Amino acid sequence: MEIFNFSKKESRLYMAFMHVTFISLLVGGLMGLLQTLVRSGKYTLPFNIDYYTILTTHGVILGLVLTTFFIVGFQFSLMGKTVGISDKQLMWGWISFWVMLVGTVLSAWMILTGEASVLYTFYTPLRAHPIFYIGLTLVIVGSWIAAFTNFRQLYVWKKAHKGDKSPLLAFMVVINMIMWFVATLGVAYSVIVLILPWSLGYVATVNVLLTRTLFWYFGHPLVYFWLLPAYMAWYAIIPKIIGGKLFSDSLARLAFILLLMFSIPVGFHHQLTEPGIDPTWKFIQVVLTFMVVIPSLMTAFSLFATFEITGRRKGYNSLFGWFKKLPWKDVRFLAPFVGMAAFIPGGAGGIINASHQVNSLVHNTIWITGHFHLTVATTVILTFFGIAYWLIPHLTGRRLTPRLNKLGIIQTFIWAIGMTIMSTSMHIQGLIGGPRRSAFSKYAGGDQVSTWISYQIWQAIGGTILFIGILLMFYIFIQLAFFAPRGYEEYPIAEEEVDAEKSPKILENWYLWIGITIALILFAYTIPMIDIIKHSPPGSIPFDWPIGRS
Amino acid sequence: MHLHKYEKVWLVFGLASLVLFLLIIGFAAFWKGTHPQSHIETIDPQNVEANESFQPDNLGLTEVADGKYVVNIVASAFNYDFGKEEDGTATKTIRVPKGSTVLFQVTSKDVVHGFQVAGTNVNMMVEPGHISRFESVMKNDGEFTVVCNEYCGIGHHLMFGTVEVY
Repeated sequence: MEIFNFSKKESRLYMAFMHVTFISLLVGGLMGLLQTLVRSGKYTLPFNIDYYTILTTHGVILGLVLTTFFIVGFQFSLMGKTVGISDKQLMWGWISFWVMLVGTVLSAWMILTGEASVLYTFYTPLRAHPIFYIGLTLVIVGSWIAAFTNFRQLYVWKKAHKGDKSPLLAFMVVINMIMWFVATLGVAYSVIVLILPWSLGYVATVNVLLTRTLFWYFGHPLVYFWLLPAYMAWYAIIPKIIGGKLFSDSLARLAFILLLMFSIPVGFHHQLTEPGIDPTWKFIQVVLTFMVVIPSLMTAFSLFATFEITGRRKGYNSLFGWFKKLPWKDVRFLAPFVGMAAFIPGGAGGIINASHQVNSLVHNTIWITGHFHLTVATTVILTFFGIAYWLIPHLTGRRLTPRLNKLGIIQTFIWAIGMTIMSTSMHIQGLIGGPRRSAFSKYAGGDQVSTWISYQIWQAIGGTILFIGILLMFYIFIQLAFFAPRGYEEYPIAEEEVDAEKSPKILENWYLWIGITIALILFAYTIPMIDIIKHSPPGSIPFDWPIGRS
Repeated sequence: MHLHKYEKVWLVFGLASLVLFLLIIGFAAFWKGTHPQSHIETIDPQNVEANESFQPDNLGLTEVADGKYVVNIVASAFNYDFGKEEDGTATKTIRVPKGSTVLFQVTSKDVVHGFQVAGTNVNMMVEPGHISRFESVMKNDGEFTVVCNEYCGIGHHLMFGTVEVY
């Protein structure tokens, strides 16, 4: 396996993405802390800051900015390591960075001045300032530039290595970016064609259900876009860290192909309680949603098989000896492992959420918030942290010292404890009807509401612990970026077994897999989309005042 | 492509559970009629009164048959209009006897809202241009908070009501 060394200017590009990531973590995390404090009922925001301004900031900064910057930067580094990057591609990398950053700054400016308290799901016919929509469009366009640069990188490598299979990690990056591109087409169309002209006043009304449907066509693959880079680390990096080999190159590729196919035609499971969509089509998309069970089970099997094979090879042959002897004191392993563990309750909750009629028990309750704080804010983010512990020093020519490793382990524990408290109390409060996306309120009073508030106090405790974890992580990042001792930190990439079976050529038949993906999307969306447009009610005029704009 | 024997067992077991699971929710949805609300009925959001159910006089609770009720509600930022009491003040509490069947019909005059009778299965998105409907049997007595659970603006958390089952 060919491994490229990073040049100085290459590392600088990847680090640029990491800086934005960790600044976002700090800002977004602070907003999260404030939210839990407000919802405890014991704290009011200073300077007349509105709850929904910080809620929008929290969602946009962590859900879109932190994730996209980390993923694009990490994926660029994976491509650079496995297939290399040319000077021209590097330049496009910088263009993507700046386009995304300008977009972020424009949107942040609108959100922080209270001109865009529409949360990150847009909520037409609430109307934010047009610059908010333009900014978000730029973030997406910037990520497209990165996607096409990644495609080009693999294409150039393939031309120079005729007949060779593409490196596994490069293959995975390209799958993720194809999914991202196909998915963001929906939200881009919604923002550029439907919302932007309407927000500028060129068009009088907007079709609310259509914008929502296009958003959720993007909104679910978005969560897989967060998850797949974590899977990349689980499949192809963690085995190296624990001293093992890849479990199976071809099964890993197959899992990614299945995730590509079944990530997009599933958006209706976010719209199950909406009045304007035919229930049969909702059910069809529910079934497609559940197909993700297959690659998930494959992934779980492959991870634990790697753990066991590696341990037994080292001579730990007792029933659970291989498990006890995993490198628990290596934060590069521990943090992602805790993430994997959180994915078990996270996935189970996801099954409940997507279950057609059971969904109405939890839809828009704070159960959902509890759910995605397990999946994205634990599974994904702890894996990202696990990557950062070696990626940042590798890029800055420093070392993860034993002291920083130890701080990382403490950070992981703080996160696990804080999230267990916060997420569990959110799940329980949601089951008894407590709503999400709401400032503190006593509503009409009564027993029901006071029970909700008691759980909100637990969320504030968990949120405070998590914020301490964020401060610690930010400190570790600053250390690794600027102050840790100079040296060399390995970029761990797992290799195949020497006698590994050859991967079938069909796994790299892009026309086939993209073709099936598009066919599934057309199947799941064509008829319901025609229905939505044909049976559309009179459009909605914009509303500014409900979000405090004049 | 080689699959380990244990992996085959694992996947076959997983897939069989999945098929069983989907059959159960499919059976419940198509044969038992437990689909989530989806009536695909439209309305002009700027003129909801054009629909008989949402004329001011028809808002709130109506008993349509013995033990069967309809509640019509117009949602707007940041209020649920449950009609008026006899003394002319706005209704805030809907009172129904235990065991009654209640059909909730909601629409929005302005932006997207939620409508959940917390503690029951009644949980719907309310979108301008559409009518949301959900029928439920009120099996338990007590006070249930009606809460707007979909973001509708800066007064979102002040939008609520009460359903009292006695």
